[in-house]
Amino acid sequence: MAGKHSLFGPVDPAADAGYDEDHPPRKGFFTDTSICIGCKACEVACKEWNDVPSDHFSMLGSSYDNSFSLNANQWRHVAFIEQPKRMGEQESGLRRQAAERAVSLGMPAMGAPPDVLKAEALRGDPPQGEVMLPESGQDDAVDRPDFRWLMSSDVCKHCTHAACLDVCPTGSLFRSEFGTVVVQDDICNGCGYCVPACPYGVIERRKGPEGAKNVGIAQKCTLCYDRLDAGATPACAQACPTQSIQFGDVEELRERANARVETLHEAGIMDARLYGNDPDDGVGGAGAFFLLMDEPEVYGFPPDPVVTTKDLPDMFRKAGLAALGLLAGVAVSFVGKRG
Amino acid sequence: MVPEATFTSYYGRAIVKPSPWEADIPAYLFAGGLAAGSSLIAAGADLTGRPTLRRSGRLGAIAALSFSMVALVHDLGKPSRFLNMLRVAKLTSPMSVGTWILSIYGPFAGAAAGAEVVRMLPARYRVGPLRLAAYVDRPAGVLAALFAPPVAAYTAVLLADTATPSWHAAYKELPFVFVGSAAAASAGLGLVTSPLEETGPVRRMALGGAVAELLMEHRMEQSMGITAEPLHQGKAGRLMRAAKALTLAGAAGSLLAGRSRTVAVLSGTALLAGSACTRFGVFEAGQASARDPKYTVVPQRERLERDAPVRFEG
Ligand code: SF4
Ligand code: SF4
Ligand code: SF4
Repeated sequence: MAGKHSLFGPVDPAADAGYDEDHPPRKGFFTDTSICIGCKACEVACKEWNDVPSDHFSMLGSSYDNSFSLNANQWRHVAFIEQPKRMGEQESGLRRQAAERAVSLGMPAMGAPPDVLKAEALRGDPPQGEVMLPESGQDDAVDRPDFRWLMSSDVCKHCTHAACLDVCPTGSLFRSEFGTVVVQDDICNGCGYCVPACPYGVIERRKGPEGAKNVGIAQKCTLCYDRLDAGATPACAQACPTQSIQFGDVEELRERANARVETLHEAGIMDARLYGNDPDDGVGGAGAFFLLMDEPEVYGFPPDPVVTTKDLPDMFRKAGLAALGLLAGVAVSFVGKRG
Repeated sequence: MVPEATFTSYYGRAIVKPSPWEADIPAYLFAGGLAAGSSLIAAGADLTGRPTLRRSGRLGAIAALSFSMVALVHDLGKPSRFLNMLRVAKLTSPMSVGTWILSIYGPFAGAAAGAEVVRMLPARYRVGPLRLAAYVDRPAGVLAALFAPPVAAYTAVLLADTATPSWHAAYKELPFVFVGSAAAASAGLGLVTSPLEETGPVRRMALGGAVAELLMEHRMEQSMGITAEPLHQGKAGRLMRAAKALTLAGAAGSLLAGRSRTVAVLSGTALLAGSACTRFGVFEAGQASARDPKYTVVPQRERLERDAPVRFEG
């Protein structure tokens, strides 16, 4: 049901794809990264449920991220960013720990004191077991360290205007009744066009491992199509212990996201911002959007993504002109003087 | 000196993914252009009575087309499912549109080549149904020529309709670069294969195609901003420099190619090689631009700083 906003602009993607009025409401994710603890339960749950092979793993030296990026074998990816910056009013808890130690009844402490404690708090040579901390307010770094850890679980955005779907020449990628974007493994011929088309670098042709299913075929998050069909919550959201990954109706999630940013701003956490929630943005709004604590590119997101097919009519016009030019050029070459 | 753009990224990792395509695809772009241009030349030669040029055009077209189909299928993750391309006709997919263009053009190009082969048979073998070839001959050739230009032009849209920074940013000029390149390459083939008295039109076409390609490529780089950088660096840079040198040499040669077969052959070969280098160069530049987050982040960040993000308006 191609309409005037079929390539760009706010639209209900399922209705635009031709589902009739009583199609279910659009489903998606609101991922609130401010409460992500980086446990990777989502990564694991997704692999388990969807039988996604585990490879690509190596120690990457990028904080706790050893799964690199979203790709054919990684449909959820948790990013870890370490920054020398304060997270709102976050406290270190060191003072409380020290106080507890002071009245210690000889119970064993939990492991060695952290490095910060050693370096910044243990001035002089304190008697064993007792921790000397500077007076409150003297050394802010003890109470409110200059360090924050950003964690964010990334996933396919299930774009309102999904470039991957637009460019797929086989119809393998399709829009589900839930407004999500899904690959049909048995139709995809592995042309790979969807891969460079996605403005977020989500979808990929599966390269291996040897013997895995669907090698040579484009793979990405299905928003657990099978589970949605059965009225269940996607595996990743279900597994998330902090509700950082919230699943639901996109409309409702957008409201929830707005309220959450407001709360955080009121709490003085001005870094909080939404990403992908705006139906007027370059992809017509993402079905899976995020609350971030820094600029999108810090997390590996494109800062202002645009669906490439927005420009497709113009591209075809230019190509049409070029084709006519070629025809005319050859004709002129032949009608010119003989010789 | 333009200062190095500063930008933030996630451990320097790519944002968009480079296409999984390999050398097959730029080879396909080159061969598709060569086929299209050759069909046009063949029809022109047929209508103006240049038999050798006609023959080399028709046979060149079908050879290039066959090569490009093999390259295309070889590049699929599941080659056995090639025909799934014909399940749907999708205007939003340049690959779908292109497949349909090829499946209309292909049979005409094939029929024209078939008729040409029949012409080459000694008269005593031209019997039975083969006599029909004479009736198919010119109509097939002309129809192939009419469907050829889209074959040469759509491949630019194929690349541009992606999030690959150096392809998408080139979309306004790339079709002109590619048809220029197709004209130069196919005219080059005509110069190599045909006797001097038949090559007048292809000499003009060689010059026109080469000049169009070079001018439009220059304009393209001007309009691409920072995403033009990969066209000058590494493998892509070497290919683009070679393309320019070869195309220039071929164009210069085409001016003298009416006097000497040797010059004609050399200039034709240079044009063919130049066209191939252009396709491989543009392809590699795109791949490189996708691998470096800089080309995704910087232009987008720059839009945001200007307070001009891409937003739907009314
Ligand atoms: S994020 Fe990429 S893969 Fe997911 S729907 Fe959008 S374009 Fe497709
Ligand atoms: S690789 Fe498969 S899903 Fe992707 S565009 Fe090609 S046919 Fe469609
Ligand atoms: S919705 Fe399902 S397929 Fe998508 S990331 Fe979550 S678990 Fe994986």
